[in-house]
Amino acid sequence: MTVRRGIFLSGVVVLCAWTLVPIWLLAIGAVSGRAGVSAWPKSLFPSSAGLDVLAAFLRIDEVWRATLTSVEVALMCMAICLALGAPAGYALARYSFRGATTYRLLILLTRAFPVGILALPLTVGFIRLGLYDTAFGVALMHAALALPFAVLVSASLFQAIPRELEEAAWVFGCSRLRAFTRVVLPIALPGIAATAIFAFVISWNEVFAASVLTVRHRTLAAYLLAVLSESPLHVQFAGGFVLIVPAILFIFLVRRHLFSMWGIANR
Amino acid sequence: MRGRFAPYLLIAPSVLFLGALFLLPLVQTIALAFQEGSAPGFGLGNFARMADDLNFQDAVRNTFRIVLIVVPLQLSLALVMALMLGHLRRGRDIVLWIWSIPLGISDLAAGLVWLALLNDRGFLNSGLFRLGLIAAPQSYLTYETPGALLGAIVLAELWRATAIVLVIIVAGLQLIPKEYGEAASVFGASPWSIFRRITLPLLKPSIQTALILRTVLAFEMFGIVLALGGRNIPVLVSEAYNWQYANQDYGVAAAYAVVVMALSLAATLVYLRVLRPARGQMP
Repeated sequence: MTVRRGIFLSGVVVLCAWTLVPIWLLAIGAVSGRAGVSAWPKSLFPSSAGLDVLAAFLRIDEVWRATLTSVEVALMCMAICLALGAPAGYALARYSFRGATTYRLLILLTRAFPVGILALPLTVGFIRLGLYDTAFGVALMHAALALPFAVLVSASLFQAIPRELEEAAWVFGCSRLRAFTRVVLPIALPGIAATAIFAFVISWNEVFAASVLTVRHRTLAAYLLAVLSESPLHVQFAGGFVLIVPAILFIFLVRRHLFSMWGIANR
Repeated sequence: MRGRFAPYLLIAPSVLFLGALFLLPLVQTIALAFQEGSAPGFGLGNFARMADDLNFQDAVRNTFRIVLIVVPLQLSLALVMALMLGHLRRGRDIVLWIWSIPLGISDLAAGLVWLALLNDRGFLNSGLFRLGLIAAPQSYLTYETPGALLGAIVLAELWRATAIVLVIIVAGLQLIPKEYGEAASVFGASPWSIFRRITLPLLKPSIQTALILRTVLAFEMFGIVLALGGRNIPVLVSEAYNWQYANQDYGVAAAYAVVVMALSLAATLVYLRVLRPARGQMP
């Protein structure tokens, strides 16, 4: 029994290492600079530990601008998803209405399509509307990617809050809106924050639509993709590292809510 | 807000939004793909030019190879990981968090991670050199080593996107009442037959969701391929990108998009059909 337990636990450890070690190695690549990247053979620890390489990477004008654009796009995407997704989630959770099934189907349908690729025809329309190569245009496209998830997560959030709480508030004379803002919203807030963060990560990571819809105002991911073939390895690694760090932090923040967004529990 | 109209008011903004940025571009893509040059009228010209291109067959072949290798591997690995989580006595949360980290990593960044490991002077070669298995840096990611390049992409995809399958499977496992397994083991069922006869069938809806999501995303694979292989290994979406961006030919790019969408939709329908819950089974 103990031998089997040992094998089992080492399996768990191996799989943890399989996840973590590659990130660690990229981090070494990111901080060791031009000399470190061409060193041979490499060691598993950075030779000249220093964040100056990363700092230098962020001092490149375009990188800094691209990072800001990424944040800007992701924040707008987040705002759109919350503004449109949370009400729809509430409607799905609290009302039974004709067309609810059709609506759910529309949401699930978006998953059967590679939505990012729909950026291709949007180029033409966006040029006409003056949205091409703007942060707002990319944010709109990213919101279309993240909105279905926002709807599903918030629907399951509101479903988990007992209807009785709301009904009690009505009995005490609250309007529907007031009961929502005073009773439901405070309980749902952590979950809504998780939804927002998830929308942020989807936008932060998206590369195809962002590459297609921009020329000069690139997001960080689109910028990295564009300069991939002409930039030295240590710059690529630094870029990859900068892309990954916020993502890991955010996954840590939303870890409790990772399970509600796949539409399994609520279909 | 009261009355029968409230729910419609609540969903209307999102419906309009998805109409404008999902359904409309969907129709536009299809229209663009079947358009003949600038003349009015429809035809298959864009598809013919797409199919005549040198890279087309390679792109189709590579995309299918990667999807067919990666998706089954991911599902098996995720099932193993999910069952392992169930047997952990302590530290379940931290292990689950570590395993789900790749969920937040973009495919471009994942490609760069594996580039750090697999480039000529990367960590894999360094390790092999230290072990005395190779004498000098080897190349894996060039035009001359298509097999190794494909393997690298499979590895990177496996590393990055198993997490999403894992999370869906874990969520599904939580919905299965523990009593079923316990009852079966009281009657003498082995862990393997409990898994085969009880867990797996009840897990069908989650497996279906995971497979749909994963297959669609795998057909859409882009950044990871470009980061590892540059233009050495064409896939469908990277070809669409090249036609749109380098050649400025929106029609052929749209034709590629239609192919990708048709494949995704076909895969979804197959999964819906093959993995539908058996009659009389609990949802």
